[in-house]
Amino acid sequence: MDWLYVLMPISGVTIFWPGLIILGVGVGIIGGFFGMGGAWMVTPGLNILGFPMAFAIGTDIAHMAGKSLISTMRHGKFGNVDYKLGLIMLVGTIVGFEVGAQMIMWLERMGNVEFVVRVLYLVLLGLIAWMVFADVAKKMRKDRETRARGEAVDALSTGIEWHKTMHKIKIAPMVHFKAAGITCTAWLPIFISFLTGWIAGILGIGGGLIRMPALIYFIGCPTHVAVGTDLFEVMISGLYGAFTYTMKGRTELVAAVIMLVGAAIGAQVGTVATKYIKGYGIRIVFGLAVIGCAFSIILKLLAKEIPAHATLLNNSSTTLVLGLVFGMSLYITVKMIQGVKAELAAKQK
Amino acid sequence: MKGIWMKINMFVITMCVLMPQSVLAAAEKASMVVIVSDTRGVTGILRFWGQLYNESHLYFSLLTIVLIPLVGLLFGTLADFVMKGIGIDLEHRELSEH
Repeated sequence: MDWLYVLMPISGVTIFWPGLIILGVGVGIIGGFFGMGGAWMVTPGLNILGFPMAFAIGTDIAHMAGKSLISTMRHGKFGNVDYKLGLIMLVGTIVGFEVGAQMIMWLERMGNVEFVVRVLYLVLLGLIAWMVFADVAKKMRKDRETRARGEAVDALSTGIEWHKTMHKIKIAPMVHFKAAGITCTAWLPIFISFLTGWIAGILGIGGGLIRMPALIYFIGCPTHVAVGTDLFEVMISGLYGAFTYTMKGRTELVAAVIMLVGAAIGAQVGTVATKYIKGYGIRIVFGLAVIGCAFSIILKLLAKEIPAHATLLNNSSTTLVLGLVFGMSLYITVKMIQGVKAELAAKQK
Repeated sequence: MKGIWMKINMFVITMCVLMPQSVLAAAEKASMVVIVSDTRGVTGILRFWGQLYNESHLYFSLLTIVLIPLVGLLFGTLADFVMKGIGIDLEHRELSEH
């Protein structure tokens, strides 16, 4: 069974390569579906496979760049990518990320920053989950009231509509974003992307998890366009991140390529699945993913606070994340297969 | 609007309460670790990559950012062929709804 293991030339460890491909497929499906890189899912997975953590972030970012490229191309064909919006937001994201990263280095010099970062992450995840489910609840209430009045439900109605308030800000230059179908001041996406980049820089994450809901709730993108545009940004920031981490010698290229084999295929599945699931379906599953991520962080925090049960709590956190990856990938794949069957049946009629 | 501002204010206050954690006793920062690839146990392309890593991180990085998109494109295109062969429409979807 030696052929199932490959020696990593840089880190010097032997890894079960089918595990890397399976992890890549799962994360690829979820990334292509939600529009995020998925670092919070990859790190526990790599940990389980015995991958050295010094290389985990760089390797993840490298594979994420390739996976996001595929997803962006596919989403682009569907008309889900607003390139103008993505490029404008990239400016704010990069500046914000650098400011956040500098702040973290400043906090590091002051003292123990890990606890602060984890708690901040938890608060943020809680806010995102609340936003998503409050939005779903509001939309369901609106649709109920519409049906009670005997009117037809508007398929384009939304729950939370903060973006409408944001769009009232009329500071030049005003820009029309064709794919997103919105007109707003250019400063809005720049400011929102600066904030999301700043938070991502502080938390040390890619930012897809924050940027996707920000695109929906503050800028007003339809869900599918938020997913596609977010992936466009993840692709560019992923390539930049891959370069900088590799320059620091922190990327295991062999592992990144192996994961990418699975992720490239998974990303296609996840992206195509968005054809068959309504926008609010994507939002609900996203909200559940955020809650799962928050629970895994709580378990990690508890592991630090209760050393006697550290092993159990850390293992529970890893199991939770990998269980989430498996469960969500399965759900998305099943929905895709059902959608494909319906599409092919409709074609034959 | 009032409700949103109330929530934002609560969030900011929570952050201020959490900030005192940032003034805990300083810990010593770890010095930069230099990693060297041990190419004695590998052959072929893995040996080449390991040696390139040791010789120049810049060239290794350039190789990484060229290879990663290529591999992604290759396997993504493969998945494209399979999906098109099944009969899935990969060019269109229904009107975007929220």
